[in-house]
Amino acid sequence: MRHTLSVLVENNPGVLARVAGLFSRRGYNIDSLAVGRTENPDISRMTIVVEGDDRVLEQVVKQLRKLVDVIKVQDITSEQYVSRELLLLKVHADSNTRGEIMQIVEIFRARIVDIGPKTLTIEATGDEDKIEAIENALRPFGIKELVRTGKIALLRGSRTSNINGVKEEE
Amino acid sequence: MELTGAQILIKVLEDLGVDTVFGYPGGAVLPIYDALYDSKITHYLTRHEQGAAHAADGYARASGKVGVCFATSGPGATNLVTGLATAYMDSVPVVAITGQVATSLLGRDSFQEADITGITMPITKHNYLVKDPGDLARTVVEAFYIARTGRPGPVLIDIPKDVSAARARYEFPEKVELPGYKPVLTPGEEEVNKAIALINSSERPLIFTGGGTVNAGAEQLLLAFAEKINAPVVASLMGLGGFPGEHPLFLGMLGMHGTKPANYAVSECDLLIAVGVRFDDRVTGDVNSFAPKAKIIHIDIDPAEINKNVRVEVPLVGDVKNSLELLIKGVKEKKPEKWLQYVFGLKEKYPLTYNQECGLKPQKVIETLYKITGGEAIIVTDVGQHQMWAAQFYKFNKPRRFISSGGLGTMGFGLPAGIGAQVARPEQQVIVVSGDGSIQMNSQELMTAAAYNIPVKVIILNNGYLGMVRQWQELFHQRRYSQTKLKNPDFVKLADAYGIRGMRIKKEENLEEKLLEAINYTGPVVVDVWVDREENVFPMVPPGGAIHKMIG
Repeated sequence: MRHTLSVLVENNPGVLARVAGLFSRRGYNIDSLAVGRTENPDISRMTIVVEGDDRVLEQVVKQLRKLVDVIKVQDITSEQYVSRELLLLKVHADSNTRGEIMQIVEIFRARIVDIGPKTLTIEATGDEDKIEAIENALRPFGIKELVRTGKIALLRGSRTSNINGVKEEE
Repeated sequence: MELTGAQILIKVLEDLGVDTVFGYPGGAVLPIYDALYDSKITHYLTRHEQGAAHAADGYARASGKVGVCFATSGPGATNLVTGLATAYMDSVPVVAITGQVATSLLGRDSFQEADITGITMPITKHNYLVKDPGDLARTVVEAFYIARTGRPGPVLIDIPKDVSAARARYEFPEKVELPGYKPVLTPGEEEVNKAIALINSSERPLIFTGGGTVNAGAEQLLLAFAEKINAPVVASLMGLGGFPGEHPLFLGMLGMHGTKPANYAVSECDLLIAVGVRFDDRVTGDVNSFAPKAKIIHIDIDPAEINKNVRVEVPLVGDVKNSLELLIKGVKEKKPEKWLQYVFGLKEKYPLTYNQECGLKPQKVIETLYKITGGEAIIVTDVGQHQMWAAQFYKFNKPRRFISSGGLGTMGFGLPAGIGAQVARPEQQVIVVSGDGSIQMNSQELMTAAAYNIPVKVIILNNGYLGMVRQWQELFHQRRYSQTKLKNPDFVKLADAYGIRGMRIKKEENLEEKLLEAINYTGPVVVDVWVDREENVFPMVPPGGAIHKMIG
């Protein structure tokens, strides 16, 4: 099963290497990892999607917590959360297919962000299913290259998962 | 007060109470060694950085204090790696300080540059590359705090040369603030109550103690606990001495070369109370047939050890002392007569024995050492057959008396760790039990013992083989002794070359007399004992087998 971990880390050099090294040496599989600064410049949040059964996940979470630079690890898989991924995709487009592609873009509420003589570059955000769907819909036209950010996620509602713990706020 | 980075380092070490450092100088640590020149810290110059790391480790294991070692950048730092990995596997508090090339040269493949923080990431509890002299004092204090608290372990601090040369204000940081590092010290009440209920209702309880008991200094509490519920006790290699080896409730070491009573008891118990252990594969054998009839209570300070190798019924995450105190308070006194009768029967039926007929037996050497030291020596071992015989035949009644590379199994550990142990405990008899293979992996440290007149007694159980590997070849590879027969130097002459007293024992007749002479000698001694060449360590659980199915 795939789990989504929300991990707060100290923004120290090497912290990504510590986390990535832990996953590789203990044989855990990372599906995606997205990292960036939080509202506090000293702290970064990693959203890690990891594949494994409950036993593996228990170890992943505990081993992550052992890292001194890791402040907080939360498995939000079973929580209510909003998740997004950003996709940039360059697809083959000529005068015959351009219209159809633009329709698909419309349907998925994606955007065309660049145009070349024989290509369109498309930006899409959404959850994983949507990103998969748009990728599949555009594949027949010939995808030249694509890049995905990996999933980022936050808990729904006014709940936060900051360093002081999960809080139900007014 | 404005000081150089190097002076800050030395000052903060002094302020932390460090009086002993093992190390080896070099280009990138020149400023640090210059500052050390004015310090009251005693520095022991080893002959190889690996020796410095093991010595710091042995010092820590013998004293319970943090061991400190210094090395220069590049090869100096990489030579620490085996020592740090050894300390990491056995949860030993060590702080390693390495010099690094100047920050302006970092990342340019400069002379003697190695990315030692990258290299040691998986074998340290934490590590640092300090880029600002203003961060040095705080970093060192943090490193010591991390090394000795929670589950102890090694921490490395890498200091570029310009950082140790630059100036900054020195102030001892009184507080450590690490938001991501908060060891759990007391187990939850609910779990404690569950554990108490399980203990009270169990008919065949067994205590399995490990290095965590020793690290926590919880040996008295463990004794009180075992005696209150009259549970027999088995120990891992790292746990030896955490419970008195001669206590009637003690069944010996369990696992691959454990005693039959210990391994049978594990297989028969209905409750296994694991105290500061990590269920290593050398302990469990086939993990699916380990303690098949038992529910398991697992006390450990490291939450990640819970359910890592075996599933447990009740986890008690916290300091071993706190956990045992709560259990002792909560449990009812009990005496499981039938169970005790069974395990005492096992003890009577299956004592550790060996064939005494042909030649000088290595087991006899250990038994004799035990006899003539009254069980009061610190025994430091290398890795292999001699290590197992020392674990089996020397009875450890007190903690920190058996010092051995348990997890990593590092040949070459013994001599430098013995030097470290002797420095930490000058009043104690320190005996290094080694093999003819292991001793050659760090024999250069004989010079360290000679130079400082560190009176370690090195007993080499010399069988002319890499004995443990040969044993496996005999049992599992049709006696095809591939690369295990050793041509050895004359160890007496080798000792002599270092200015150390060398002795040789070839016959059992004068074994005791000669060993007595060796241990009573005032300086370091090397004793080359020619033992029966093809003796095997038994009992033995074949690798991956169930631990109640032993051979020998």
